Amino acid sequence: MAKMHVSTTVNGEPTEFLCEPQQTILDVLRDELRLTGSKEGCSTGDCGACSVTMDGRLVCSCLVLGAEAEGHEIETIEGMADGDTLHPLQQKFLERAALQCGICTPGFLIAAKSLLERNPNPSETEVRYWLAGNLCRCTGYDKIIRAVLECAADMRGASA
Amino acid sequence: MTMTSETKDYKWVGTSPVRPDGNDKVTGRAMFGADLMLPGMLVGKVLRSPHAHATIKSIDTSKAEALPGVKAVITSDDVEDMESAWVAAGELQLNYRDLSYNVMANGKVLYDGHAVAAVAATSSAIANAALDLIDVDYEVLPHVIDVEEALEPDAPILHDDMFTEGVTPTPDKPSNVFKEFDIALGDVEAGFAKADLIIERKFKSAPVHQGYLEPHAAVASFGEDGQAELWCCTQGHFSVRAYCAKLLGMDIADLRVTASEIGGGFGGKTTVYLEPVALMLSRKAGKPVRAVMTREDVFRASGPTSGATSWVKVGVTNDGKIVAGEAIFKYQAGAFAGSPIGPGCMCAYAPYDIENVKVKGYDVVTNRPKVAAYRAPGAPISEHAVESVLDEISKKLGMDPIELREKNAAREGTQAAYGPKFGPIGFADTLAAAKAHPHYSAPLGPNQGRGVASGFWFNIGGSSSATVNVNEDGTLALATGSPDIGGSRASMAIMAAETLGIDATDVRPIVADTASIAYTFLTGGSRVTFATGMAVIEASKKIALELRERAAKTWDISVDAVVWEDGKATPAGANAGEFEPLSLADLAAKMNQTGGPISTAVSLNAEGAGPGFGTHICDVEVDRETGAVKILRYTAVQDCGQAIHKAYVEGQIQGGAVQGIGWALNEEYIYNDEGRLENAGFLDYRIPVASDLPMIDTVIVEVANPNHPYGVRGVGEVPIIPPMGTVANAIDSAIGIRMTELPMSPPKVLAALDNGS
Repeated sequence: MAKMHVSTTVNGEPTEFLCEPQQTILDVLRDELRLTGSKEGCSTGDCGACSVTMDGRLVCSCLVLGAEAEGHEIETIEGMADGDTLHPLQQKFLERAALQCGICTPGFLIAAKSLLERNPNPSETEVRYWLAGNLCRCTGYDKIIRAVLECAADMRGASA
Repeated sequence: MTMTSETKDYKWVGTSPVRPDGNDKVTGRAMFGADLMLPGMLVGKVLRSPHAHATIKSIDTSKAEALPGVKAVITSDDVEDMESAWVAAGELQLNYRDLSYNVMANGKVLYDGHAVAAVAATSSAIANAALDLIDVDYEVLPHVIDVEEALEPDAPILHDDMFTEGVTPTPDKPSNVFKEFDIALGDVEAGFAKADLIIERKFKSAPVHQGYLEPHAAVASFGEDGQAELWCCTQGHFSVRAYCAKLLGMDIADLRVTASEIGGGFGGKTTVYLEPVALMLSRKAGKPVRAVMTREDVFRASGPTSGATSWVKVGVTNDGKIVAGEAIFKYQAGAFAGSPIGPGCMCAYAPYDIENVKVKGYDVVTNRPKVAAYRAPGAPISEHAVESVLDEISKKLGMDPIELREKNAAREGTQAAYGPKFGPIGFADTLAAAKAHPHYSAPLGPNQGRGVASGFWFNIGGSSSATVNVNEDGTLALATGSPDIGGSRASMAIMAAETLGIDATDVRPIVADTASIAYTFLTGGSRVTFATGMAVIEASKKIALELRERAAKTWDISVDAVVWEDGKATPAGANAGEFEPLSLADLAAKMNQTGGPISTAVSLNAEGAGPGFGTHICDVEVDRETGAVKILRYTAVQDCGQAIHKAYVEGQIQGGAVQGIGWALNEEYIYNDEGRLENAGFLDYRIPVASDLPMIDTVIVEVANPNHPYGVRGVGEVPIIPPMGTVANAIDSAIGIRMTELPMSPPKVLAALDNGS
């Protein structure tokens, strides 16, 4: 089957790729664009390890076709740091040991960033429900939730 | 919170610096199993059995082979038949013929998901199309899923050559029991005769999967000269090398295995599935091959741990002294022999000082995937049963459950039923810390209850290797052979820094491949911080000695007149002479003039692992309308000997406790009447999510292991043991009903409420 030509924007860079009709954005990111920071944990939208944003909206990239990226802006974990400066969430995850094996970490960071953009002052319950679509088997979530809450407080302080 | 029995003056040990591999993991740069791409790489995929038990009459791969883009197809015809031989594999034993038959079914398929063929093709779509073109002619056989049904006299037999071991005389008919296992101490009949109260109960626990977020993945590249490289996510790349070399008939020297970053393992990545298949495909195709499991494959064909039935009988006197403990455990091993029944039986009563103990275990094969190690293999199942009965006893006696455990707790000098006399252990300290914790006396509301349970794991040592190279600027390159599954590079850097008196940030730790460092046993059994840590400490001490020699040479004095303190060589005293101290950086800058590069390698077999104990407290609320159990508050207390990286020790405890909560409340394998797994995905196999849980409080108790320079015991296994008992005991406190079947999911709790039993 002929491949499809798609023009999109990935992490701010105009990007073109060819993909098979059945390939997901996750397949394209990983296998065609070699951006392997987004992980495949399930391919059914249950684990959140492939979380990216599409025009600012949080999606599981395993549930969106590559062809659907046409004309849209995709943000992945590779675009989260600003040059050599980590995003405050990335820094906080490091400082608070909010990762163990690290396979779920890109998805959690993208999802948490998306939460704080919408709600800079979430309660613990709001953080837990927003991140309920991101599975972590190592940490029991405790340090992840604390890192997000603490980072939110820091970011509010910085912008006040 | 940390409670230590002595004051220690450490600079780095017990702190929580940012992990050295952390940056790559928050930026997406870290390379996991499926992230490597080689030029010309093919996609490898595996065809799996849709039947629980069937004879393979024939496999026709001709149509798949003819499909353009298909470069190799393999079946059991491509796998050399092995003789039956048992070797150590972590806490478990492993049989090469079974391993080979599990990697690729030979003659029969034994479970839904069993691999029967594999292809390598130029694209994922072509590989999938090729799998569809492979024609397997099955003759379906009767199957057995349940462990008790597998023991029935007329049960379908999985292996015609399985004659139960451990019984005399050896049976003349095959069965599904691979082995019987016995432990005895004292005389249980005499013990029960002295008891004022005897309680016996039956329990059932569902098989649960390790649930690592990263599916198994391997990239193999086989050269024309017979040498191969393998990249894979594994807890033990030396084990992978040994297993794959054996299955492919290679010299070990011809196979180099690199452990990628690993996205969780919990014991499940201590064996091989795809690794030898990828190598065989690469050998046949003459190109690199990457094979990655789907999540469905992971559930159907890897892990899980055993499901089991348990029977426990405990006798106590009215003052709460346990006089006898008896138990029978039947663990299902999956399709091939080798459940963790041994450690299950050994751990059952290990936390307690009991004169009379009798435990019997059965290792039972069923038409399910072969079980793999899962965090403290075997222990959570048996200890859940015993801890539940102890709770019932404490309630019958009207005795506080912690007081009951304190009365019977194993202490230094206690003879454990499984063999050894304990050295210094911290079980009683965990009980005291739990009793003193504010959680234990906090008020509870209606339909709420509190539970307590404890857990024991041996912790293990074993073979480990480390190398330390001093860089020209005085920083250190530290390599070990232990895959890092939860932050061990950070703890290795801390131990090297503490030993040498330098900054942990000046140590760059890596996990070396199998050609770059000496043999190291796999990451598991809570052994790495203890055993590999010992190798790192010994190597650091050797570096310190070498640095003293270089300083002695510089000053032209005896090495005995030089001490190494605070990261500097200093004259030992006034008699040694007056010299300005030389730092590691000073000595490193001149090392090529004072004798050449400074480096060392240490390999050792660490003995003297310190047993670990934990005690957990949990508050639940039971919804009487739905049967749902909400975890309101959770506190985990554990003796870790010494926390090296404190935050990652807390993380291990929190993560283990939550896996245990999933085991207690949600997780189970569901098979239909045809023996097919019906919930092979995260939507239907429900691991705990963030909104299910409260924060998990931890209390680290530190009763030093005298056999480790910093007192390390190990931490990863113990925390998964107490939760099932803790949650069951809390539910009983909330609604007055003893749940005896795991998981205690809403339908089961609701049914129990409706029955009032």
